[in-house]
Amino acid sequence: MTTVLTPAAPAPPGSRPPGRARRLARRVTSPWTYAALIAILAGSAFPVYWSFVVSSQTTEAVGSVPPVLVPGGHLFENIARVFEQTDFALALGNSLIVAGTITVSVVLFSTLAGFAFAKMRFRGRTALLLVVVATQAIPTELGVVPLYMMMADFGWAGQLQAVIVPGLVTAFGVFFMRQYFERALPLELLEAGRMDGCGSLRLFWHVALPAARPAAAVLGLFTFMQAWNDFFWPLVVLVPENPTVQTALSTLASGYTTDYTLVLTAATIGTVPVLVVFLLFGRQIVGGIMQGALKG
Amino acid sequence: MAGTTTLTFAERRQKWDVKLSPFGFISPYFLIFGVFGLFPLLYTAFVSLQKRNLIDADGAQFIGFGNYEQLLFHDPYFWNAMGNTVSLWLLTTIPQILFALGIAHLLNRRLRGRMLFRMGMILPNITSVAAVTIIFAQLFGRDFGLINWVLSWFGGGHVDWQAGTASSHTAIASMVVWRWTGYHALIFLASMQAIPSSMYEAATLDGAKGWQQFWRITVPLLRPQIIFSTVIATTGNMRLLAEPLLFNPGTAAATGGSDRQFQTAALYLYEQGFTKYDFGYSSAIALILAVATMLVAGLSYLVTRRIQTD
Repeated sequence: MTTVLTPAAPAPPGSRPPGRARRLARRVTSPWTYAALIAILAGSAFPVYWSFVVSSQTTEAVGSVPPVLVPGGHLFENIARVFEQTDFALALGNSLIVAGTITVSVVLFSTLAGFAFAKMRFRGRTALLLVVVATQAIPTELGVVPLYMMMADFGWAGQLQAVIVPGLVTAFGVFFMRQYFERALPLELLEAGRMDGCGSLRLFWHVALPAARPAAAVLGLFTFMQAWNDFFWPLVVLVPENPTVQTALSTLASGYTTDYTLVLTAATIGTVPVLVVFLLFGRQIVGGIMQGALKG
Repeated sequence: MAGTTTLTFAERRQKWDVKLSPFGFISPYFLIFGVFGLFPLLYTAFVSLQKRNLIDADGAQFIGFGNYEQLLFHDPYFWNAMGNTVSLWLLTTIPQILFALGIAHLLNRRLRGRMLFRMGMILPNITSVAAVTIIFAQLFGRDFGLINWVLSWFGGGHVDWQAGTASSHTAIASMVVWRWTGYHALIFLASMQAIPSSMYEAATLDGAKGWQQFWRITVPLLRPQIIFSTVIATTGNMRLLAEPLLFNPGTAAATGGSDRQFQTAALYLYEQGFTKYDFGYSSAIALILAVATMLVAGLSYLVTRRIQTD
């Protein structure tokens, strides 16, 4: 999935900031609105719930008509089966390594570059920033054949570094952190640091990095989810013997007879990490999208 | 005393530090992106002019526009894939934007549990495309699928969702729409909240009802977001690959159904490049798909730009 930057929402002339007074001015919400929203909510959550239902049932129950709609008592049995019959433990470990490394690297390098673009003066700054912005629009799928050829040349095909290394930086991350520094880090603070004889690296480490923490957390969250869910490139470059969670799922689903209980149990297990992140930080994720800054 | 010669070592070091560090700070990004992002992108154009197979890398031959000629004039599978791509683009993009507008309109009210509703809308978007497609493929199953079971209440059912062109496109489009509508709804909601309520109050005084207000005030003021969402959705939906690949359980082939009824252009690129290892041909598909995407995105830009602003 690509990361794209959304322009911030424009404020029409004469707009007031959203607030209590504005909300109160609106008439009382009708029960129909709630009914409609609850129906949509149910529709949003249903496939995830359904996946959980299937993973807690026996294979026979899943094939019955009418279908069962409530969880059964076979969840742990099915989980055990996933780990016995497939190499899902390896896939989970691989995904953790890939998504973890990419997250740390994207956050670090984006913060470094974003800080330089926002707060330092250098030749070609505007032009280089423009390059960063422009590259956000390029679909990576386009270069997938040459990238594969490179990986084969390096002897990396089938290895995790083939997935990790191209993901180590993102244009989106650089631009996102640059926008944050632009607003959130006063120049005086940096000048004071310089007066005290701080070098650039120390300034970055002791002033910029701590100040960037909130934005870096949001960027890290999104990067992790994206790297965890990435499908196409890992599918191309990895081998079934050394999968990530997503490519393991595709292998499981493409057998000649599909054991749906097994596959959906694996899908459920593979969704748990992002679901946990979502339950802990859902507010920040929604906030990031509402600011119009993020595309997952 | 002459100015420059009096700089101490520390001062000189700081001068160089200020001058060079910015380049050091941005270099990891440009180095990694240059090698693993930009270079492959440019090299695609070169590979697309070759007859080149993974198995026989030294046997690569320069054949000019041969791949393009084959694709455009002698390959019905390619045109079939392009047709499916455009069909799926229409079936995904338009409902996505319309549903998102409606949902944002519902969310833009005084609501209890606002955060719960917002999080619920974005839940589909955080789930992985592989998991989602496998779940939907099961829901759309012919014999034991939940959707056919529900349809049977109305006298329907037993649709073989994968078999037909229309039915398979509907199923695949529903996955994409399910996954992305909430995201666009939140983008729209953010802009809706910036519309001053005085505009609606004035409209109410003029006698405009709810729907009229929605089409005459809300939608025109949201024009920039609608344009943006449409273009983004277009570029995403023109390269659907995971959904048609995984909607085909039971086989490992990338043909998009027994009769290629739901093979998209991106899936055809994958089939040629990574199951048949015809790298030159696959690169040519990549470039044509990129050009087609730009054209379609430009078209959707022109269409959405025509939203009236009174």
